[in-house]
Amino acid sequence: MTKYILKRILYIIPVMFGVIVVVFLMKAATPGDPVLELLPATATEEQKDAMREELGLNDPLPIQFVDYVVGIVTRGDLGTSYKTKQPVMTEILQRLPNTLIVAVLAMALSQVIATPLGILAAVKQNTWIDNLIVFFTMVGASLPTFWLALMLIDLFSVRLHLVPSMYNGTVAGWVLPIIVVSFGAISQTAKGVRTNMLEIIRQDYIRTARAKGQKESIVIFKHGFGNTLIPVIAGIGSGLSGQLGGALIVETVFAIPGVGKYVADAVTARNFPAVQGGVIVLAFICTIISILVDVMYTVADPRLKTNLMAPAKKKKSSKAAAANGGA
Amino acid sequence: MSEKNLLSVRDLVVHYETDEAVTEAVNDVSFDIKPGEILGMVGETGAGKTTIGMSIMGLLPKPPAHVISGSIVFEGEELLPTSPEPKKLFDFAIRRKRRHEEKGLERMLRTIRGKKITMMFQDPMTALNPVMYVGDQISEVLKIHENLSDADAVKRACEILEMVGIPANRYKEYPHQFSGGMKQRVVIAIALACKPDLIIADEPTTALDVTIQAQVLAMMKDLQQKLGTAMILITHDFGVVADICDRCVVVYAGEIVESGNLTHIFDNPMHPYTRGLFGSLPNLEVDTERLTPIEGLMPNPMNLLPYCSFFTRCKEKCDDCMKGNPKLVEVEPGHLVRCFVTTAGKEK
Repeated sequence: MTKYILKRILYIIPVMFGVIVVVFLMKAATPGDPVLELLPATATEEQKDAMREELGLNDPLPIQFVDYVVGIVTRGDLGTSYKTKQPVMTEILQRLPNTLIVAVLAMALSQVIATPLGILAAVKQNTWIDNLIVFFTMVGASLPTFWLALMLIDLFSVRLHLVPSMYNGTVAGWVLPIIVVSFGAISQTAKGVRTNMLEIIRQDYIRTARAKGQKESIVIFKHGFGNTLIPVIAGIGSGLSGQLGGALIVETVFAIPGVGKYVADAVTARNFPAVQGGVIVLAFICTIISILVDVMYTVADPRLKTNLMAPAKKKKSSKAAAANGGA
Repeated sequence: MSEKNLLSVRDLVVHYETDEAVTEAVNDVSFDIKPGEILGMVGETGAGKTTIGMSIMGLLPKPPAHVISGSIVFEGEELLPTSPEPKKLFDFAIRRKRRHEEKGLERMLRTIRGKKITMMFQDPMTALNPVMYVGDQISEVLKIHENLSDADAVKRACEILEMVGIPANRYKEYPHQFSGGMKQRVVIAIALACKPDLIIADEPTTALDVTIQAQVLAMMKDLQQKLGTAMILITHDFGVVADICDRCVVVYAGEIVESGNLTHIFDNPMHPYTRGLFGSLPNLEVDTERLTPIEGLMPNPMNLLPYCSFFTRCKEKCDDCMKGNPKLVEVEPGHLVRCFVTTAGKEK
């Protein structure tokens, strides 16, 4: 088991290297001169040249790349923000907790709500309860986040004055963003749990459990739900990763100082070190999540423990994480 | 009938109703089992054997399954609802009564299932919960019915594991760590855990290879004798029936076409279908190149004929056979046959 986890952690290295290469090349391929963004329009050629020299923009690309990687690995240095002249790492670390709070709490909330809904829908398949739940998951999945956010602000902040409409550092300020984010996740998770449960309650071992004279509720939760944990964990993992990448909308609407908004602002300002840093940090977190998910799998399903030696599967999930992070 | 029947099934009719069609899975099946008796139930796939077993357990998937009529009496208690089904949407009173009765039956069945009647399922590979220790799956049934503490249940489960030939130290292992034969032993252990009065064994050896089959069968027979349990052995293998059964019913297209003790069935098969089944078995004494199968397929249970269901495949049919469905006729004491031709003149 330890060996497996260590092996999975070692996989971070190639994945992150790939992410850094892509991110770095993106900058090199993007037109535009950052120096023009940094200096006032009145700056002289000498000032610009000095700035280029200072930023290392005159070095050949490979050297810039090596400098960058060495900086990350040895000093955790993601470069200096063009805009604020602060280290990008510091700025991201300041904002990261905000993004994580929304993502983690929204995920937790959606699991707590969606799992029972999904199970209920599956158990009551083809009844009005099931139809109602399926209807709401469809509605929930098709509502755009920004629209939902605005509607909720209008209702709860503007009309009812229950919660602040924007991030202001108080607990109440987190309520709306978390609800908005969990809304979509609830729909998705409930749908997933329902589909999986439907499949599982038709399995032979569920029949065996019933044949033991077990109560239906225990049959469903102990024998049924225990076997849906794998897709549930996968859902949590991909939901978290997805939310980290997609934090931009909710952070913009609610003016939350988070990583998503930071990266988005940096993109419009051609603040390359900030963009690169943000993407790299998010990709790193996604790889960690993917490792955690894989480890949780083995806890949830004893069959997988026996298959730990098969390498093909793991590679795939690492790649998926990279793709997730790069997105 | 000197002894009281443990279970008697009368005129059982079960349909699977879907939007597309009605599948007549079980048609008018009646049989009895006495305590300690082993009844073999033989028929090809799709004949309705498993559905009969599931009806007794009350485990038919509803919908689509639908018990149309009949009665299943176990130890003097009726296991099927007797109040009428609601026919129309607005029969509220009837519906409420029916639902109430079904709930009560379900509560009663829960105390019977796993305790008095147990079922061994067809495929041991999928019949065990993959994420639970095998031992816990055995102790679960003990905890439900015997009011044992956790520690006692585990102890008993270990004893039962040993009884079916699995070392008790494998209690904390998962089904995927067991071979097929061992999984089947676990399934048997679950079925025997509460020393039931009746075991419904649904093709318990079909998924196993021949050497393990013999072992498992010998063990089942042995344990059955020790515990004095009655058993319905569902199978399509006459060899298994000859091995361990006392009596045998032959099921074809949801009907019992012949029933009797082993002498009746093996030495004097009367129904053309039973004869055909024996004809398709390899015979060591006769030198033949090929086996003789029964030509054709079982009739589609969604579209049964109004006359003898074996008609199209029968080698002994005559024109009279199309006049209606034959009744089960007792040709000698305890030997019942459903055929116009072979029973003609032999009725008692």
